[in-house]
Amino acid sequence: MTDATEMTLEEREATLGGIGCARKRKEDIRFIQGKGNYVDDIELPGQVFGDFVRSPYAHARVKSIDTAAAKAVPGVLAVLTAEDLKPLNLHWMPTLAGDTQAVLADQKVHFQNQEVAFVIGEDRYAVSDGIQAVEVDYEDLPVLVDPKQALAEDAPVLREDVEDKDNVGQGVRKHPNHIFAWEAGDRDETDKAFAGAAVTVKEEIFYQRVHPCPLEPCGCVASMDPVRGELTLYGTFQAPHVVRTVVSLIAGLPEHKIRVIAPDIGGGFGNKVGAYPGYVCATVGTIVLGRPVKWVEGRIDNLSTTAFARDYHMTGELAADSNGRIAAIRVHVLADHGAFNAHAQPSKWPAGLFSIVTGSYDIPSAHIAVDGVYTNKAPGGVAYRCSFRVTEASYLIERMIDVLAQKVGLDKAEVRLRNFVTPEQFPYTSCLDWEYDSGDYHTALNKVLEAVDYQGLLAEQAEKRKRGELMGIGLATFTEIVGAGPSRNCDILGIGMFDSCEIRIHPTGSAIARLGTKSQGQGHETTYAQILATELGIPSDDITVEEGDTDTAPYGLGTYGSRSTPVAGAAAAQAARKIKAKAQKIAAHMLEVGEKDLEWEVDRFKVKGLPEKTATMKEIAFAAYQNLPEGLEPGLEAVNYYDPPNFTYPFGAYLCVVDVDRLTGEVKVRRFYALDDCGTRINPMVIEGQVHGGLTEAFAIAMGQELTFDETGNIQGASFMDYFLPTAVETPVWETDFTVTPSPHHPIGAKGVGESPNVGGVSAFSNAVVDAFAHLGVSHMPMPHTPWRVWKQCQALGIGE
Amino acid sequence: MSKIPVKMTVNGRAVDELVEPRLLLVHFLRGKLNLTGPHVGCETSHCGACTVDLDGMSVKSCTVFAVQAEGAEITTVEGMANADGSLSALQEGFMQEHGLQCGYCTPGMIMRAHRLLQENANPSDEEIRWELSGNLCRCTGYQNIVKAVRYAADKLNAQREAAE
Amino acid sequence: MIPGAFEYHRPASVDEAIALLSRHGDEGRVIAGGHSLVPMMKLRLAEPGHLIDLQGLDSLRGIQQAGRCIEIGAMTTQQEVAASELLAEVCPILREAALLIADPQVRYCGTLGGNVANGDPGNDMPAVMQCLDASFVLRGPKGEREVPARNFYEAAYFTARAEDELLTAVSLPIPPAGHGYAYEKLKRKVGDYATAAAAVVLIMNGGTCESASIALTNVGQTPLFAEAAGQTLVGTKVDEAAVAMAVEAAKGIAEPVADMRGPEEYRTHVTGVMVRRAVERALARAQA
Repeated sequence: MTDATEMTLEEREATLGGIGCARKRKEDIRFIQGKGNYVDDIELPGQVFGDFVRSPYAHARVKSIDTAAAKAVPGVLAVLTAEDLKPLNLHWMPTLAGDTQAVLADQKVHFQNQEVAFVIGEDRYAVSDGIQAVEVDYEDLPVLVDPKQALAEDAPVLREDVEDKDNVGQGVRKHPNHIFAWEAGDRDETDKAFAGAAVTVKEEIFYQRVHPCPLEPCGCVASMDPVRGELTLYGTFQAPHVVRTVVSLIAGLPEHKIRVIAPDIGGGFGNKVGAYPGYVCATVGTIVLGRPVKWVEGRIDNLSTTAFARDYHMTGELAADSNGRIAAIRVHVLADHGAFNAHAQPSKWPAGLFSIVTGSYDIPSAHIAVDGVYTNKAPGGVAYRCSFRVTEASYLIERMIDVLAQKVGLDKAEVRLRNFVTPEQFPYTSCLDWEYDSGDYHTALNKVLEAVDYQGLLAEQAEKRKRGELMGIGLATFTEIVGAGPSRNCDILGIGMFDSCEIRIHPTGSAIARLGTKSQGQGHETTYAQILATELGIPSDDITVEEGDTDTAPYGLGTYGSRSTPVAGAAAAQAARKIKAKAQKIAAHMLEVGEKDLEWEVDRFKVKGLPEKTATMKEIAFAAYQNLPEGLEPGLEAVNYYDPPNFTYPFGAYLCVVDVDRLTGEVKVRRFYALDDCGTRINPMVIEGQVHGGLTEAFAIAMGQELTFDETGNIQGASFMDYFLPTAVETPVWETDFTVTPSPHHPIGAKGVGESPNVGGVSAFSNAVVDAFAHLGVSHMPMPHTPWRVWKQCQALGIGE
Repeated sequence: MSKIPVKMTVNGRAVDELVEPRLLLVHFLRGKLNLTGPHVGCETSHCGACTVDLDGMSVKSCTVFAVQAEGAEITTVEGMANADGSLSALQEGFMQEHGLQCGYCTPGMIMRAHRLLQENANPSDEEIRWELSGNLCRCTGYQNIVKAVRYAADKLNAQREAAE
Repeated sequence: MIPGAFEYHRPASVDEAIALLSRHGDEGRVIAGGHSLVPMMKLRLAEPGHLIDLQGLDSLRGIQQAGRCIEIGAMTTQQEVAASELLAEVCPILREAALLIADPQVRYCGTLGGNVANGDPGNDMPAVMQCLDASFVLRGPKGEREVPARNFYEAAYFTARAEDELLTAVSLPIPPAGHGYAYEKLKRKVGDYATAAAAVVLIMNGGTCESASIALTNVGQTPLFAEAAGQTLVGTKVDEAAVAMAVEAAKGIAEPVADMRGPEEYRTHVTGVMVRRAVERALARAQA
């Protein structure tokens, strides 16, 4: 109670390192010294290694598997096949989408590199030799890599195991290779709007199959303690608690006997949400052998088998009046889900949150229909640095609004300004029933246009066009829907998508907080502590943040879909407020006044009108263990499970300028200006880092990433030789900006930001490339905009020579 | 195949082990020496997460057999701190400029940047980008990594000037 | 991804290396920088039983001028090629090409000898060597011979080197002072092989092209010496008409395969673009 006079209010606030400060990251100190603890760094006593024999065929009958030679390889301990897993009923596993997926190929393989056998040995060298020695006899079958052909009447049946089922978890099927049909909106009203529209536009828009490709591949270490009957599973899990529940359900182990630990994770981007055969096989391995089993996939395995993203064949249509005012949107999607329906979406949403497709625009009617289809490709369909299917939706509307602008002869910024939801419309309910919490799209776009001198750019472009040069200006004014989610909308396996925080204040005034999410590089140890610092008046440096251990952290649904700040961040604030409420009682007791006589100031309660009578949170913490008012239980801790009342809706305005070399098709990004509004900004340094990273991933997707297949189902480009991860040389320089429109329903007004730059970025790049050709009558060009594809466009226009 | 002896100096410590000839240097460092800073991110020598300093060269330790490093002097990120145990200018730079997020590429980035600054004490931003082009990062978009290297270069140059 | 097992040899002399190669036949593989071979071994696309490491052979390192020739030891790294002041002065196309190979780490390890010897059509130095009319020095049990780079490549991964021979050095005639040069490489990103690349050396005299040499990378089973393309420039002012003819001649011999870099038509087209740009840059650099 003495230091109060020594520091000013501002100094005390600065000491906290709370919301709004560019605090350096707490996690860095271990990573910069090589002391991170990633899954492959884990080395338990007696640990062995396991890896897969994979199918060279995309579709084949497995006639026989001979493991004898492999078992004779020195160091090989066991070889598991589907036959070995059958007695345990683990040869198939349920997917998050209600389908089943083969853990090890059961009679048939359905995609190239599918898991066929699991070889366990003393180390990865012995295992590699063992894999070479397994002999599998295949009989190849006709392959389907095109979802349109998969729905042909005489198409071969891919999934014989579900041939007789009219529902594989997400709705009625129309064809043996069909998975589900899903629709939203009002078809009749939309059709009517189209029939009466002055202008309509239509485009086939394919969002190619890509892969999140974190630098650290997926892996796990499974360790069964046979004496205690307890399983510990370390792994690259974005959602460790969900993994525990899934393992309990699949393996039939009681949930309290399973401990899931997600250690440091080397990037996730959606790839590490799913459950993969490697986790099941390592778990079976440790149960069978009584030794810990590690499985870590290689890069080619990663790109070709663990969850991909997108692969959406979209047909988009807009109806508008002659002033470019949109009356309706109509979309059909053919969604290629690969061989098993293993996409990761909230249960009720087989196309995720695709119905955010109206974007930032006030569109009166909409109808969307999505058909999911099986093909001979790897399963997946995760959200690659975006909320569920939001990038696909945002790409569609941001492309289509450019197509419309071109058709009605208006500037693409002008068309956007005419159609934006206006600030006074918030909270705004879209025709597809989403309630947008807050936004100010006009201000954001106008700020960007001014910052880059948009008129000047247009003039330059007009000059260049006269000289035959190709310059493109791309805009994206996106709205994301993140923070899944309200349990009335969202669940995984029936569990509502809340999240949680538990805080304990130690007697000396420092604290530990545990949350149900899991950072993969986002910096949660730093930013959650900032929220708590501001809420509790305890310096963020005195707060340890822990995630990822299901034995200690409260249950949560994990980190993906930009949900950590909107959901767990809110839980943190709410738990802190519970603590503060108790602290106020203790402070009143300490200061011998009534609770109502106290007011909060930065890090302490003061008696109203008597500023020298204070109790700091540090002092209250000690009192909580020693000097309590009668009837109050000791200790100072709280837990909050936060079920958000709504999603949050971050938005932004991006502008990209490109120059195209018409002879080589190379696209040079000259300028990229990104304005993001993520509501209250917790740590500007971390936000900027997230934006840089998201834009770089968007650049990679728009300009080069794709996984393609030849007609026999061989995957193309599944290594770093081909799969486009830009280096520092190719990556553009980013300019960032922001506005702040807090979320009215979030305790601290924050919305989430990690994925916005990917959602908005892809459209901005793609729109810029197409814009370079817009004056020549081009309305759409397929992604990715690789040099050869861009040159093909030049050639078609007669300007490629 | 029989194991053969291999001797080298790693982070200033003499190492003498018996290894299978096919043991990759990265597995030797991680498995035998428990130096888990070098990471494996691919199998085609593209990602650079396994980069270490070997006899004054930046080397991808996933593309070198341990036996090839016989007699070599190797530094990994674990050997990068200053002699007094304080953070090196580069380590500090990565932290100050937010040059890392998930941290998986960071040891390789730091080791490559270390060699770069040995060879070019005052690189331009463009040179930094060019010289780090053998190291992939999925999180940062590189912009802050460039700043981190710049930070270290400036700090080291200032120290050098002060010493002169 | 783990390589198969092998026995490791580190010969102390070239003769010992050749003896090992003779003894182990097609089971033996030489490893220099290893940055082509080791990834192949990790993917089990190469599984040599015996690996013969040349790093102890100091006699295979270094860059020397001998009269009007430059001799570069096979174990000289790309980094050393790029850093050589001598080469920068007398044959700067080598630095230009070396810096476009792979990435910094790979250039520290990758050797000139490995790059030209293994026959990978994606490698850059073979075409540069054809352009410079270099020869490769091969030593085997029967002694030493020289094979011109222009005759060395037979098909992808097949060369004139016999199984028991070692490529010990590259020897190239120093181009006349004032020659123009350029290596133009189109690639998707740092670390990639060329979508198409062209090496050009031009010698101009009084505004007229006295000699022109053009070679192409990664647009065929082997590097391609575009002899006719070069010939079309000789005796001309290297004007638009002549360049257009050279471009067409070069495109005429290109036989790229379709891959993720693009379809055949595109890769053939950009072969022409690379030739044009290399010729233009070489011309700008040439002393008339």
